[in-house]
Amino acid sequence: MVDSAMIPGQFEYVRPGSLDEALKVLRDREGEAKLLSGGYSLLPLIKLRLAQPALLVDLQAVGGLDGIARSGDEWRIGGRATHRAILDHDGLAAEFPVVRDAAGGIGDQQVRNWGTIGGSCAHADPSSDWPAVLIALGGSFVCRSLDGERVLPARGFFVDTFVTGIEPTEVLTEVRIPNAAPRTGSAYVKLERRAGDFATVGVAAVLRLGRDGRIASAGLALTAVGDAPFAATGAEAALIGAEPDEAAFRAAGAAAASAARPVSDSHGPADYKLAMVREVTVRALRLAASRVQGA
Amino acid sequence: MTTQHISVTVNGKVREADVEPRLLLVHLLRDVFGLTGTHTGCDTSNCGACTVHVNGRSAKSCTMLAVQADGATVATIEGLEQGGKLHPLQQAFWDEHGLQCGFCTPGMIMQSAWLLEQNPDPDEHQIREGIAGNLCRCTGYVNIVKAIQQGAAELRANPAAGAGAASA
Repeated sequence: MVDSAMIPGQFEYVRPGSLDEALKVLRDREGEAKLLSGGYSLLPLIKLRLAQPALLVDLQAVGGLDGIARSGDEWRIGGRATHRAILDHDGLAAEFPVVRDAAGGIGDQQVRNWGTIGGSCAHADPSSDWPAVLIALGGSFVCRSLDGERVLPARGFFVDTFVTGIEPTEVLTEVRIPNAAPRTGSAYVKLERRAGDFATVGVAAVLRLGRDGRIASAGLALTAVGDAPFAATGAEAALIGAEPDEAAFRAAGAAAASAARPVSDSHGPADYKLAMVREVTVRALRLAASRVQGA
Repeated sequence: MTTQHISVTVNGKVREADVEPRLLLVHLLRDVFGLTGTHTGCDTSNCGACTVHVNGRSAKSCTMLAVQADGATVATIEGLEQGGKLHPLQQAFWDEHGLQCGFCTPGMIMQSAWLLEQNPDPDEHQIREGIAGNLCRCTGYVNIVKAIQQGAAELRANPAAGAGAASA
């Protein structure tokens, strides 16, 4: 053993070969074990010793968790699907442009090569991009334990900073997104200080228009301006029944800002972020409306 | 201190080590295997100086554990030259002055090699997007982009010259 810099604290490491084996480790070592997927969220925290798990359970050898497929009335994306695989999936992007918007803005090429959607959502950094997208799309998470499977709606899953509805004995195996209804458009707009940075403000918008051209349903969720990503339900309610025009988008932006609770930090002061919530919401809605198919 | 025995194929050669699980891949390469071409820069997954290929995917080796690479195939900057002849990207960085201090260069070249495996003929925007995870504080990137364009042209004309990067 050569002397070398040791940046993280000590931990054990296992690499189970199957999902059941991983679930058994999680149950046997409940509260001590932490799942390792791509590692690009967790390892930086471990290196800073902000996270100090006793045991890392590496999922790289667990097969069958990285598929991306349309199945019946929903899309199913494996929890271990990388940001890159999602970004490159043309069928998914055609149905949900919001997904490609978000995937392309996560970190950089190396991060996207390894980081996974399930890892990112389970980690639940309030500045990460997938949660708002999945909330706006009405998505859900499949959480497996030895006791079975639970399907948790994305809306309500993100409880607090780094806290979700997932249990310590569960693996987030799959992300589900209901198929887009006709006349739906979607977009994710992220304001960032530098290319590939975490969002200062991010807004995911999904609009469905009725046959009369008015907004029949709306999903709007915000990144990085609260303890957790959240749905701007007041803004969603204000949009329904409105014409998809600037006045409606401005009103939604104001409603979204009234629900946002940003903190002042290196990305900017809180009042600046509130102004940006108003503006970025308008831009996301405008882009989503412009993408409505079959109007 | 508990160690685990790992076996990693680095630049085509199987190497073994007993390591603590907390050892980072970049430290395995540099401190255990003596392959100091891979640099440690920011150590926060940001700068890309530590970029290597793991099972054919570019990775920041400061953000991967050595034990995660157990059984994997790793390519580093040392594996690029073939028989004393520089890889076309190495030659291009030389010809186009794609570096000044050189600290970012091994990671920049490894990331460029991966980019060209995905897309042998990228336009300038795709090159800049491709190296967005690799910071250079000297050049302003202009000559790096030129070097990648030259390396890409050479590799398209002579794909065998890039064999070193394909060892992962």
